[in-house]
Amino acid sequence: MGRIAALTRNPAMIALVAALAITGCASKKTPNSAADLGLNGAGAATPGSAQDFTVNIGDRIFFDTDSSSIRADAQTTLARQAQWLNQYRQYAIVIEGHADERGTREYNLALGARRAAATRDFLISKGVSAGRLKTISYGKERPVAVCDDISCWSQNRRAVTTLSGAGS
Amino acid sequence: MKSILKPLLMVAAMALGISSVTTLPAQATLELNVNKGNVEPMPIAIPDFQGGLGPQISEIVTADLKRSGLFAPIDKAAFVEKITNPDASPRFDDWKVINAQALVTGSVSKEADGRIRAQYRLWDIFGNTQMAGEQFFANDANQRRVAHIIADAIYEKITGEKGYFDTRVVFVDESGAKNARKKRLAIMDQDGANVRYLSDGRAIVLTPRFSPNRQEITYMSYESGQPKVYLLQIETGQRELVGNFPGMTFAPRFSPDGQKVIMSLLRDDGNSNIFAMDLRSRSTTRLTDSTAIDTSPSYSPDGSQVVFTSDRGGGSGRSQIYVMGADGSNPHRISFGDGVYSTPVWSPRGDLIAFTKQSGGEFQIGVMKTDGSGERILSSGFQQEGPTWAPNGRVLMFFRDSGGGPKLVSVDLTGRNEQPIPTTNYASDPAWSPLLE
Repeated sequence: MGRIAALTRNPAMIALVAALAITGCASKKTPNSAADLGLNGAGAATPGSAQDFTVNIGDRIFFDTDSSSIRADAQTTLARQAQWLNQYRQYAIVIEGHADERGTREYNLALGARRAAATRDFLISKGVSAGRLKTISYGKERPVAVCDDISCWSQNRRAVTTLSGAGS
Repeated sequence: MKSILKPLLMVAAMALGISSVTTLPAQATLELNVNKGNVEPMPIAIPDFQGGLGPQISEIVTADLKRSGLFAPIDKAAFVEKITNPDASPRFDDWKVINAQALVTGSVSKEADGRIRAQYRLWDIFGNTQMAGEQFFANDANQRRVAHIIADAIYEKITGEKGYFDTRVVFVDESGAKNARKKRLAIMDQDGANVRYLSDGRAIVLTPRFSPNRQEITYMSYESGQPKVYLLQIETGQRELVGNFPGMTFAPRFSPDGQKVIMSLLRDDGNSNIFAMDLRSRSTTRLTDSTAIDTSPSYSPDGSQVVFTSDRGGGSGRSQIYVMGADGSNPHRISFGDGVYSTPVWSPRGDLIAFTKQSGGEFQIGVMKTDGSGERILSSGFQQEGPTWAPNGRVLMFFRDSGGGPKLVSVDLTGRNEQPIPTTNYASDPAWSPLLE
């Protein structure tokens, strides 16, 4: 577990793992691909757009096995998210909590929910209005990386901040 | 389903010329004690039943008995006597020489009204006697059920335990890529035949479970956007939300009387507690109130207790098994092994709790006594979970992903008889029905 954490804390290694996942694990080119991890570089997206959020801010954070603690690297990402969300207040937000496959279905639904709640609470603590934030857990039902080893599991233990269009 | 199929025991008794079915086991010498640790499968001979549909029916009977692991059907090529009249006494010596302990003869015919008539006789070869004989009438559509009922009767006559072949399984049919998996509710016979879909796959559906009345299931669906527990009437397709809770509800199961659904409700702080909802009065009862993940509740068959999992003991998400009163009283931990425990399910016999355990990088399916003692692992694998009990409490079904996707597997309580359950697509979350009626 220490090794997984070390891997995911190093941005270069994340990029490498993601790239491997795409070529080696038939991961589709979706919003869950390398672009999320900052590989496309800044500048392409219109400021305040959903693409801007995903590409330049980073829409997801990762968790340690069985944990819903917000790691130091994730705190940095969420602080960036909060700043952006406080600037662009037209968006309602749904936080998706996800788990890796190393747990049973029911437990992982609960774990995903805990991760989404922890993420929500962190954003609230950084000034994002609670009324804009909803959470949903997908447990282990929506993996982004689909190989059967730790490089995928660490990507799947995530919370994704999604912008659900204009909020109230 | 009622009245489609009538076991006509008295008619059978007259028609087959036996005095009474119920008195027969008393004189039988043929028996298989399934409570012994190591059961040798009993050699049994099942010649093709007579009549056009006969071989089809006897084939299903044979497959059921074989899959149970308690019977070893003998290769038909070894048979000495050719059965031409299934109602006549066989030449017992001809079956002794191939070491058949039991012989099943039978016939299947069409009635004038279109129904089929199936009859069987079970012979105790070394006792030189008939052990049982019964006759059944059924609609054409229920051919396979007739075979399963005959298999159940043979199983029960010989082991003294109720069978489990005339049952169905609800499960989640899975198709498509792993990161875009389509999940549909489906139902089939316990041997994988007669698959029928109960949802269209547009929304993720998970964890279906049978009602004791066999007519409805409870399950979790994302159809409203927010994951919630629903009830579904199997025959009419009518669906209904269970309860009006603000957050996610999940991990539902029926109470043994079918009047309640017990499930987890997500709290606003991200933890989960266990609630029971009375389906008639709609009143809800909170059973746990902890800042932990309390989930996977399952009632004892008498309804007095609930087994569930919780990580309240701490230790970085170490989920363990707890038992409490059905009113939430006296929750106490019963699992103390080295690993993470989940999905406990109380046996319909009341004596054991089946579970999933993660230990040493593996997922295991096991059983323990209801006080947590006597833990036994029945099956280990890279990824497997979610046991469900056959109604006789002798066999478990679960799902295993050996790479690619999940498939259904059954294992008996000895752990020595593991069988794949055939499904067209990937399949997960099996839930066994009670015996049909």
